Amino acid sequence: MRQGGVDLLRLGLAVVGVAAAMALPVVSVRASRIAPPELRWLAAVLGPGELAAAASVGLAALATLVLARDARVRLAVALVTVAGLLVGLGQLAAALVPEAGPYARIAPGPGAWLLLGTLSLFLTEAAAALTLGPLGRLGLGAGILAGLVSLLGSPMLASLSLLVEYRNRAASFWSEAAQHLVLAGGSFAAALVVGVPLGLVAARSRRVGRPVLAALTAIQTVPSIAMFGLLLLPLGWLATHVALAATLGVRGIGTAPALVGLFLYALLPVVGHTAAGIAGVPAAVLEAASAMGLDRRQRLRDVELPLALPVLLTGARIALVQNIGLATVGALIGAGGFGVFVFQGIGQTATDLVLLGALPPVALALMAALVMDALIAAVPGSAAAGRARSGSAPEVAA
Amino acid sequence: MIELDTLRKSYGDEVVVDDVSLTLETGTITAVVGTSGSGKSTLLKLVNRLVEPESGTVRVDGTDTRALPLTELRRSIGYVIQDNGLFPHWSVARNVGAVPRLLGWPQDEIDARVSELLELMRLDPERIGPRYPHELSGGQAQRVGVARALAARPRMMLMDEPFGALDPVIRQEARAELAAIQRRLGATVLLVTHDMGEALSLGDQIAVMEAGRLLQVGTPAEIVLSPAAPQVRALIGEDERGFRHLALLPLAPLVRPNRAHVPTGGAELGEPLAAGASCADALSRMIWTGARMLPVAGQAGEPPGVVAIEDVLAAGRAGGPQTGRSGRPDGVGSGCDGRRNRGTGR
Repeated sequence: MRQGGVDLLRLGLAVVGVAAAMALPVVSVRASRIAPPELRWLAAVLGPGELAAAASVGLAALATLVLARDARVRLAVALVTVAGLLVGLGQLAAALVPEAGPYARIAPGPGAWLLLGTLSLFLTEAAAALTLGPLGRLGLGAGILAGLVSLLGSPMLASLSLLVEYRNRAASFWSEAAQHLVLAGGSFAAALVVGVPLGLVAARSRRVGRPVLAALTAIQTVPSIAMFGLLLLPLGWLATHVALAATLGVRGIGTAPALVGLFLYALLPVVGHTAAGIAGVPAAVLEAASAMGLDRRQRLRDVELPLALPVLLTGARIALVQNIGLATVGALIGAGGFGVFVFQGIGQTATDLVLLGALPPVALALMAALVMDALIAAVPGSAAAGRARSGSAPEVAA
Repeated sequence: MIELDTLRKSYGDEVVVDDVSLTLETGTITAVVGTSGSGKSTLLKLVNRLVEPESGTVRVDGTDTRALPLTELRRSIGYVIQDNGLFPHWSVARNVGAVPRLLGWPQDEIDARVSELLELMRLDPERIGPRYPHELSGGQAQRVGVARALAARPRMMLMDEPFGALDPVIRQEARAELAAIQRRLGATVLLVTHDMGEALSLGDQIAVMEAGRLLQVGTPAEIVLSPAAPQVRALIGEDERGFRHLALLPLAPLVRPNRAHVPTGGAELGEPLAAGASCADALSRMIWTGARMLPVAGQAGEPPGVVAIEDVLAAGRAGGPQTGRSGRPDGVGSGCDGRRNRGTGR
């Protein structure tokens, strides 16, 4: 940030925002949920008085975002502007409904999406300038999510096509959400239970570690669709030949192969990071631990695992975020989850339905990442924990 | 008493400790000096069985260390290393209390001991105790390392280059501290260093090691006056032997009564030398001030005296190439082979 001048990055963002609002269509209207969109520009949907009001409010907000020195002011203005834009779009949609007909879908157009993207960049820029600790970022993320959810649930946005689509699917939306969490969370938990001990063994013995990591790397390169297809055969065989497997609900398609596949994908980050974390414990610390009379179990529990924890949690973060995303593909083999909406939407060429399935996992993954970052920072003695406590860089040793 | 008896250890074809026997008297400091790769660190680790010998035994007060459970043996021996090895995820207080906790001491006793040790190390328990190692300076971390090694009142301390990571000024201080603490606690210390000066200033007994073998074991004076091998000579530094020797000699035996022809207490001579000063301290002051005689403070109630440059030089020469020629007829200088002088004012 240069002192005294106008920040060029923020100025550029503002120019993009103005151009998006003026030059691109801000609303798309479709006669039905699968009809081709008809695009409307801002000038076409607002009367001259409304247009002048919207333009002056918008320009004032963008000017503040560019010129305000205080990052807290910019953050607040960006948040308010995003909320205002969403509410404005909702009102616009509501105003267009009588004209467009009962089956019409009114969604944000390219200009509105670009403006939202620009504003979220302003938001990220302001949050970064605040140099929040991991806990602060988690708080901010949770706050934004809560605000977004309450806004989406309010009648102000009810006429937007995404929410119309949601209301049609409300019952299955939440059951698929739960299933999505089961797939991502269950496979993640299993990967931790198996992967951490495997990582320990890999760290202790090269002879075990190398082939294990090589195999897990190979698994990681298999495309997820192919993986689920490959699992169909052995699990199907299990279901028909082992009575216990069948009673447990193991089948060639459905939850079981999805869980197994996601578990396999999650193993590499968990095992790799556990092994790296253990291998990274300083030799002097290990020597001191032995010399002080800690036995093998105490050394592992009190020294090695706690010191490997930040690295281990970084691996867990990768595994969790990756599984939340990949679980979407599980719908292809009947495992349910948000992917159900995505694939149905693709099949019906219904964009709203695709978005209904695609946006929640993105929000989930972002939140999971923020939670894991906060956990990593909470590990005692780590430099990050020192920063989180004192709110600044660790003090230079006197 | 700790006895190392014909210890041997090799890695592959390389013999790192070759038939080493050494006896450490209770309450003394033994300094093992050698270049890097001489096997001195391995020798240290053979004592608490961080490394197991191929042959030979270590006896602590007559008991073979292999007869004790490994963890019990190690918890009874303090261990200090150059990189301090503090647990980065534990506070200073928890680091220091680690061994007492392993031994199952009650928490209030551990807390009291931690405070006591931090104060002994001139660290404020209130301020330093809750800190994490990455928040400490090098000198503080080293002192915490020593405090941790002392926590369970070990009868023995193993120290591997304990001052290696410190800058020279702090190192000097840390040595003095260690010497004082060791005298107070009466622990038996085995210290490994590559610095002959450090070994001479701290050790009651010096063992010089090279390629896995002990070249010479003796008092500091013996090592300086009659090095048994060229490598020992090299470690002492041929041109520094005179000063090394003088640094070992207490000044007290050279002090004679002030016969009034010396301007004692004169401004140009500065303050009298401390009674516990070494011959090297006296010579250094003489070189600096140009005086051939210096006032010396009286020892324990005795009147102050003076010391002459001729006596200092003669004492330093005793045991040198002119050995055999008589020094002073009145026997001044005979303090040379007494216990080493641990320096001034400690």
